[in-house]
Amino acid sequence: MSIPSGLKYSKTHEWVKVEGGVGTVGITDFAQHELGDIVFVEAPQPGDAVSAGTQMGTVESVKAVSELNSPVSGTVAETNDALVDHPEFLNQDPYGNGWIVKVTLSNVKELEGLMDADAYGKYVAESGH
Amino acid sequence: MGNLKVTPLNAEHRALGAKMVDFGGWDMPVQYTSILDEHIAVRTRAGLFDVSHMGEIWIEGPKALDLVQRLSSNDASKLAVGQIHYAGLLTGDGCFVDDMLVHKMADDRYLLVVNASNTDKDFAWVQKNAKGFDAKVTNASPQTAQIAIQGPKAVEILQPLVPDADLSAVKYYWFTYGTLLGEKRLLARTGYTGEDGYEIYLPPSKAAELWRLLLERGKSQGLIPAGLGARDTLRLEACMALYGNDIDDTTTVLEADLGWILKLNKGCDFNGKAALEKQKAAGVERKLVAFELTERGIPRHGMECYSGGKKVGHVTSGTQAPFLKKPLGMCYLPTALSQPGATFEVDIRGKRVPAKVVPKPHYKRTK
Repeated sequence: MSIPSGLKYSKTHEWVKVEGGVGTVGITDFAQHELGDIVFVEAPQPGDAVSAGTQMGTVESVKAVSELNSPVSGTVAETNDALVDHPEFLNQDPYGNGWIVKVTLSNVKELEGLMDADAYGKYVAESGH
Repeated sequence: MGNLKVTPLNAEHRALGAKMVDFGGWDMPVQYTSILDEHIAVRTRAGLFDVSHMGEIWIEGPKALDLVQRLSSNDASKLAVGQIHYAGLLTGDGCFVDDMLVHKMADDRYLLVVNASNTDKDFAWVQKNAKGFDAKVTNASPQTAQIAIQGPKAVEILQPLVPDADLSAVKYYWFTYGTLLGEKRLLARTGYTGEDGYEIYLPPSKAAELWRLLLERGKSQGLIPAGLGARDTLRLEACMALYGNDIDDTTTVLEADLGWILKLNKGCDFNGKAALEKQKAAGVERKLVAFELTERGIPRHGMECYSGGKKVGHVTSGTQAPFLKKPLGMCYLPTALSQPGATFEVDIRGKRVPAKVVPKPHYKRTK
């Protein structure tokens, strides 16, 4: 399972990579593996407000519907439209082509409440997986 | 977890790294690698399924046919030895205790294959109905394993292992006996995927050896193990009903749009006959239909259907279809809305997504 360093992770298995006040958000390799084949992604659109720890969309695999939470608060700057036709990017490249939204952060301090790669690795291991 | 039943292939699934789930009390593989890949393999090459959890009930004796006729919606007197048909195991109301495959083994011997999680209930129902019939009823499920090989390459893969039977000569929904790993086995040309293939019945102690042999021999033709996830999406594309979703003991054979397995004039009384005659004369109020969404979304079991702002039914099965690549499903709708082309909406987490009724089945293989 891949957990790149340099990203921040939420307990609900989203990652965020922050560059210049903008956070790119996706789901982790662990999450995509648990879900199985992802066939549908419903994400907020540019201009939508998102709030840390709150549902901002839905990720559906063949068998299951899963809530997509935002790990950060702010305004959506960009949505990965490629996922409309290629939801499988979340399985194939969760930290790359499978990014979901870019959010202009409204509260950078929130990032302190998220885990780094080491802490997330332990969190996943400890939750029995 | 401790109380889950296991099939004789449980260790094989675990060794293959399958994701296991509780399926009606059984510890079963939902997928080995990917539901999509397994689904596509069955549509284009072949897949191997452990269906040992299915129930096998034997009815034998001078009045075996009479008992089958009492239990079944279909007309078993029309079966030849070696032939199989789909039928409803009916309640007195014409609803489903279960659905089943009826195999005519001999004039006085029938094999009913039923759903795993219903086996005990079905067996009790068959026993209760057997009173007064000179027929012996046996639940052989614990002594029977079942492996299904399904897909366009299934017969080609299986044939070399069965030297004494011509598998391509057996018609769909007929069975034969053939020597597999040195012993005669029941080989039925049936399945729950919409593809050609065989369902192989054998003792549990022989299942693992056959499972491994088939996977090894089929590898070059693209055979892979397939789990219950793919089995569900495959049967849904083929519009085959799933007990507990599309049919149950509150839905009648007519409402389920399974009139082709209902033989009201089979020349004897049977469970549910009077209720179904009455419903047929009055006309059904709702019908199980196939539908597609016409905008983005994925329909799921239990979602509500709306027309003109009013709730008119619910989705019984739904998915993003892996082979047809579109969101589709089955649902009960009022008869007036049940014709192909009729439009309605599916409520997906509060959003009404447009849908339209389409002809059944969603998917039909080219022969």
